[in-house]
Amino acid sequence: MIKRDLVIVGGGPAGMAAAVSAYENGVKDILLLERDQYLGGILNQCIHTGFGINYFKEVLTGPEYAGRFIKKIKGVSGIEVSLKSIAVKLTNDKTITFLSPGRLKTIKARAIIMATGCREKTREMTHIQGTRPAGVFSAGLAQKLINIEGLLPGKEVVIIGSGDIGLIMARRFALEGAKVKAVIEIQKKSRGLLRNMVQCVEDFDIPVYFNHKISRIYGKDRVEKVSVMKVNDNFNEIPGSIFEIKCDTILMSVGLISENELIEMAGVKIEENKTSVPGIFVCGNSFKIYDVVDSVTTDSYLIGKLAADYTLS
Amino acid sequence: MKIYDVAIIGAGVIGTSIARELSRYRLDVALLEKETELAFGVSKSNSGIIHPGTQNPPASLKGKLCVQGNFLIRKISKELNVDFKEVGELIVAFNEDEIKELLRLKKEAEFLGVPGLKTVDKAWLKENEPNLNSVVVCGLYAPTAGIISPYRFVYDLAENAIKNGVEIHTETKVIDIIRVDKYFEIVTSKELFKTKYLINAAGLFADDISKMLTIDDFRIKPRKGEEFILDKKKENLTNHLIFPLPSKISKGVLIIKTADGNPMIGPTAEDIEDKEDFSTSDSGFSKVLLSARRLIPSINDKDIISYFAGLRPVAGDDFIIRHESKAPGFINVAGMQSPGLTASPAIALLVADILKNNGLALKKKLIFHAHRKKTIHLFAIPLPQTKKLIKKDASYGDIICRCEMVSAKEIQDAIKRGAKTMDGVKFRTRAQSGRCHGSFCTTRIMKILAEETQTPLAGITKRGKGSEIIKERI
Repeated sequence: MIKRDLVIVGGGPAGMAAAVSAYENGVKDILLLERDQYLGGILNQCIHTGFGINYFKEVLTGPEYAGRFIKKIKGVSGIEVSLKSIAVKLTNDKTITFLSPGRLKTIKARAIIMATGCREKTREMTHIQGTRPAGVFSAGLAQKLINIEGLLPGKEVVIIGSGDIGLIMARRFALEGAKVKAVIEIQKKSRGLLRNMVQCVEDFDIPVYFNHKISRIYGKDRVEKVSVMKVNDNFNEIPGSIFEIKCDTILMSVGLISENELIEMAGVKIEENKTSVPGIFVCGNSFKIYDVVDSVTTDSYLIGKLAADYTLS
Repeated sequence: MKIYDVAIIGAGVIGTSIARELSRYRLDVALLEKETELAFGVSKSNSGIIHPGTQNPPASLKGKLCVQGNFLIRKISKELNVDFKEVGELIVAFNEDEIKELLRLKKEAEFLGVPGLKTVDKAWLKENEPNLNSVVVCGLYAPTAGIISPYRFVYDLAENAIKNGVEIHTETKVIDIIRVDKYFEIVTSKELFKTKYLINAAGLFADDISKMLTIDDFRIKPRKGEEFILDKKKENLTNHLIFPLPSKISKGVLIIKTADGNPMIGPTAEDIEDKEDFSTSDSGFSKVLLSARRLIPSINDKDIISYFAGLRPVAGDDFIIRHESKAPGFINVAGMQSPGLTASPAIALLVADILKNNGLALKKKLIFHAHRKKTIHLFAIPLPQTKKLIKKDASYGDIICRCEMVSAKEIQDAIKRGAKTMDGVKFRTRAQSGRCHGSFCTTRIMKILAEETQTPLAGITKRGKGSEIIKERI
């Protein structure tokens, strides 16, 4: 079996910061696994600005922010990057198995950092009933379709939830000439950053319905409309408040969930700055959901140092 | 113009089972399907239960064919290499009165020839089904109940039928049927077909098809069933299929084990008018959750990761399987509600027999390919085997769907075997059916579909025309 000092799973902002930090703190044998064909993770599809204000004291786009770390990683020989490599098994004796085109490898590491990010809550998790037509997307998928693939998912859009990705996508659709008909938020106020409420929604005159929820999705093959109801503070329907909005697309932006399946399957418990297994660490959105990437970088630097201390001790 | 010996309308589990059975003989067989893919009607929302034959009236056609089908499906699933698991079922009683009913069911089922039935007591239940509600007093255990993936079963039957010479025409909606001399002319949305014998396995629309030949003595009434799928983490919630006592119109809300591992709860049973209403409802959700918790109290609504509705094609209490003497050569196979999936192999044999009795010569082919190579699913095999596969073909290591571990190779194979849509890929491979519901893999699957089927990205659909994923290129 191949042995490595440190294996980091995930080449997004958390994994890259942890890799750079571990290297700077003395680990010279690092393997960074990234399932996509590029480093950078979700930053690659975040072509809007607003990244780096705290960390670099500059306003950057997502790819620019990622680029700073990619440059550092490529500039040193102690960090080996393996792209299109997906970890499929972790065990608590710190072995990790990954697949990539043409190979399956199992590696025994002195330390492992899991930086596997998060996923979006789906329509199904929110239990919105009705039909199941094409045209229901997570906000992140819509972002990928537009920004990476150059494909417009729809022309009349209703956004469910006022999370940051949803707000940013409201603006993105508006900029592409689509009509964003509403942002529907069950809470009294936005879940997203204030700057996104102002710059992405108010500046584009997109109506936001607080204390409202979607009660049903209609449409046989493609989304045709949604029904919306006003709710009280306990999220129960206020009678007589139902109205309909015609649309061909629904975006879900109702929250993120840490991706921890490999850690769970290994029976490892996550604690602050460590796990129940010495030498296995978790950082970034797979540890907790962050608002801004700058904080991910700062915290992951710390995890990189802790992993380095452990590896070298 | 070619005249087929037999044309079958409807490529669900009934139509494909009949097609595969007839492919043993020297016949020209055509299978016509209005949807873009097979199994996209009633079959795709089937629960996947292979019933033992309990809960059917002793004199019914359903009862007889269910018991036969349960036996036959074992051989077919081996031949086709489709996973069938005999998990057994428990029908449970909550009080003394229900025990009496349970004993009556047992007697009826034994009359039909259901093997291995036994009543089990509280101690047995506690030992073998620890999550079951502790107030259950008694259970009827039927060991021969099993599970299968209903749509993969259809795809595998169809693949084998094609190998044995059956022609399958999708997006071919029957518009009219005319009886001309000794054959039928079938007018479809695509081309005209001529056939000597015609089998109506059109599911929800079997009455509309039958009416085209002026046989108008039955109606298909859709009975909606909403089902809710739990996270795979709950795979071992129960060890058996769990049933309450049946009601007059359904088997009740069940705890279902599935071939994919995810437990499922449901279905509801609601008679509706619209044959295309596949919506789920808040009331269905609450009802299913309440009824399921009566059986397994620990079920939490947070465990539900997906849901759907299906429509049972109900034509009275029993199946309708008969040759129509008013239109010689025309066979109705209608009203295929539960246990239609289980009975399907027996129905296929019965239909072959009816054809023979009405003058169709069934001569065996010299070579019939009974066997089908097993479809590879990485999620179902151990890692050392995956390693060997990757050595043979690098694209087994190119994982597209991270939640369910589906590789590019499996998706390409699914498309080669007939998948044309995103749902077709999902039903065949499980890609997009995990926790993220396709958020991460949709774009890559779209690209593979576009490439393999030579379709522009804007033409890729969820389940056929009108369900395009995107609106336009930017």
